[in-house]
Amino acid sequence: MEWLLQPWPWWLSGILIGLTVPLLYLLAGKAFGISTSLQEAGALCVPHSKMEYLSKFDRIGGLWTLVFAFGIGIGSLIATRFLSADPKPFLPESFWSVSGAIKLIVGGFLIGFGTRYAGGCTSGHSITGISNLNWPSLLATICFFAGGLAVTWGLGSLLF
Amino acid sequence: MNTDTQPSSPESTEAKTRSGSSPTTYVMVLLMGIYLGILFAKSEVAHWQRVHDMFLFREAHMYLIIGTAIVVAMISMLIIKRFAIKSIDGKPITYKPKPYHKGVIIGGMLFGAGWAITGACPGPIYAQIGAGEWLAVLTLIGAMLGMFAYAALKPKLPH
Repeated sequence: MEWLLQPWPWWLSGILIGLTVPLLYLLAGKAFGISTSLQEAGALCVPHSKMEYLSKFDRIGGLWTLVFAFGIGIGSLIATRFLSADPKPFLPESFWSVSGAIKLIVGGFLIGFGTRYAGGCTSGHSITGISNLNWPSLLATICFFAGGLAVTWGLGSLLF
Repeated sequence: MNTDTQPSSPESTEAKTRSGSSPTTYVMVLLMGIYLGILFAKSEVAHWQRVHDMFLFREAHMYLIIGTAIVVAMISMLIIKRFAIKSIDGKPITYKPKPYHKGVIIGGMLFGAGWAITGACPGPIYAQIGAGEWLAVLTLIGAMLGMFAYAALKPKLPH
């Protein structure tokens, strides 16, 4: 069982992550997607907002997205504490600095703004969308990589 | 499983106006979240270095995981559609297509940039925080600010 405590191979990880789509549909009747949880959190924070994006959002119907997000946190805690022989930090040491903090906030802003503008993220578009043969999701995924590659190769010397 | 989906029951009208899920569904969602959280950590897709090495084409790890996940999900969906398999509470499984608009391109590229900088997409943000990587709280604060900015600007943005 030693392998269990090491990072899992790509094929096992890929198969099990892919199975999230049918399992979530079968067990809960929900389409796999994570970034809606941001909108749900916003809609709960300011239910009477002037912004229709938040005030008109079905915050009761969307509650499950926060339960799902909470579960992801617990699962990751279990994996790191009990299923890892030598857990590695998720972020490099260099982020513990003023510039690192700014990078995370700005990068986070791009994640929140971008996923909500695009209508989904890696889960809702790349995995659920493409697997349901939804062409805008394929386009979104191409754009995710275009944006990521542009930043990494274009601004890499400044950022990393 | 539960009876509140029967059209004749008096609760059904309430269930329509209040579109919350059943307790069973929330338990299932929580369990699936835990399942996925374990996978995000054990596959290391929530590790900044893995995301960075993906965008640098240094290793195929992330590409292989995402590609395999898509293929597995695609085959699963074909089976579900082919045999009209229903969810455990008896409801048909239907995918609601995400529509095309300009935001798919612009928003998609902005998100990709954020993914490359922070090493996290939305799921891994929760995985990082859950595992005690407290710096990722900053990523989440940024993501909430970005979501609020989109909510405010939505009427003015091209769609």
